[in-house]
Amino acid sequence: MADKDTLKTTPLTGLNKALGGTMVDFAGYQMPLQFPSGIVAEHLHVREKAGLFDVSHMGPCILSLPERGGPDAHEKISAMFEPLVCGDIKGLAPGEMRYTLLLNEDGGILDDLMVARPFDPDAQGLLYIVVNAATKEADFARISKACTGAELHRLDDEMALLALQGPAARRVMSAIVPEAADMIFMTVKHINIEGVSGGACAVTCSGYTGEDGYEILVPAADAEGFAKRLLDHPDVAPIGLGARDSLRLEAGLCLYGHDMDETRSPVEANLTWAVSKSRREAAEFPGSKRILFQIENGADQKRVGLKLVDKAPAREGAEIATKSGEVVGVVTSGGHGHWVGAPVAMGYVARQYASLGAELDVIVRGKPRAAIVTRMPFMKQNYYRGQ
Amino acid sequence: MTKLYTEEHEWIEVDGDIAVIGVSAFAAEQLGTDIVAAEDLLEVGEDVAKDDILFVFEKAKAAVEVYAPVSGEVVEVNAFLEGAPEDFHDKLTAGEWLYKIKMSMPSETEGLMDEAAYKEFSEG
Repeated sequence: MADKDTLKTTPLTGLNKALGGTMVDFAGYQMPLQFPSGIVAEHLHVREKAGLFDVSHMGPCILSLPERGGPDAHEKISAMFEPLVCGDIKGLAPGEMRYTLLLNEDGGILDDLMVARPFDPDAQGLLYIVVNAATKEADFARISKACTGAELHRLDDEMALLALQGPAARRVMSAIVPEAADMIFMTVKHINIEGVSGGACAVTCSGYTGEDGYEILVPAADAEGFAKRLLDHPDVAPIGLGARDSLRLEAGLCLYGHDMDETRSPVEANLTWAVSKSRREAAEFPGSKRILFQIENGADQKRVGLKLVDKAPAREGAEIATKSGEVVGVVTSGGHGHWVGAPVAMGYVARQYASLGAELDVIVRGKPRAAIVTRMPFMKQNYYRGQ
Repeated sequence: MTKLYTEEHEWIEVDGDIAVIGVSAFAAEQLGTDIVAAEDLLEVGEDVAKDDILFVFEKAKAAVEVYAPVSGEVVEVNAFLEGAPEDFHDKLTAGEWLYKIKMSMPSETEGLMDEAAYKEFSEG
């Protein structure tokens, strides 16, 4: 753990403290674990109204050709970046974004990330990428090294990244940033926001809670003012990392370093959908041999969702066993699903126990507790995909 | 009745051979508002030894164990622990008891802290 004095701050650290945030060290940053209302209330608030998250510790960056614009600029930048991931980057439409995975040569997952192609014709040849906080130094180094003809410009120190999530997020955002009103899930727009100087802000319709919402990249100087305007809305509450974790778990979304890591392939992590069709056909992404074999034949282990029958949540590291007591897997994330009202977990199990409805036990405090392999997300997703 | 305190931030009120057990205001505050369940409650009639787990508060991000401060037989478990967890914080803060144990070794309460000593311990 870093010393409190050496912890990095975000442009919103002052605001987070002023709002009564319980500050903790997360990936070397001073971040709010929770605000006075507590994790459960924050979680429910996001499912019912809207929550504002400071995610400035993450790693936003721009990967760009020296010369932007032109008909083949997107294809050029994609050709440099694609060999690092398993997603179809070339095939992104202008203004579209995609969740993809950074893979090592064995097809192990180094990180999960968002990649967006700008809409503006003059900005082609640029990718807006957001990687995880804990892995960003290694990710940036890896991307820079591989993309020698492009420049990687990190934005994590000069910008704040805010996430506004929840069923009321669109209404709140539209009142302040009207251009964001009709954005559909997994798109990006560069928008001049009133009261925010320094040019257009990258606004994406995305998030990691299972709810409709936005992520907004704002220059550090005006970030607090913008956050306060969002928080002024009666439906918006500040949300800490505790609820961020329980929300993403309920939404069945992986947390890097827990539910996936470099020892797990996309197939094992149940993220086969993130291996794009065009990339499968070309069969030249990192670890493609192993991954394509697993797509064809199945992997030995697979990430599954588990719903627990009783009230005791299973935490990370709890063993998963058959009814006869044979250990067949391990929980990688677990806790109470505050919205679904039951403990939920995800973990890896041997393939023969990975089918929906399979009855297993998780071992909590030495006792087996009944668990059922359940479809994820555990709640209904509320992404806006257009009318 | 005077309360005695343990280093685990529990209190005991001794009434004859019955120990009434709760958690201190300090512990209630530390437990916070995000308790989601009381799990693995012992049942009336079960025997416990000092330092056994009485039950577990499941919080949003962690499990917090509550230990038996004395040995004996469980004679009553407060019904609120089976009820709505959103009420737990208020109940605990108000000093509501959790368990009643019929002590088999009353001498185990010797050496526990009184109010003043506990205040110093928890604030020091």
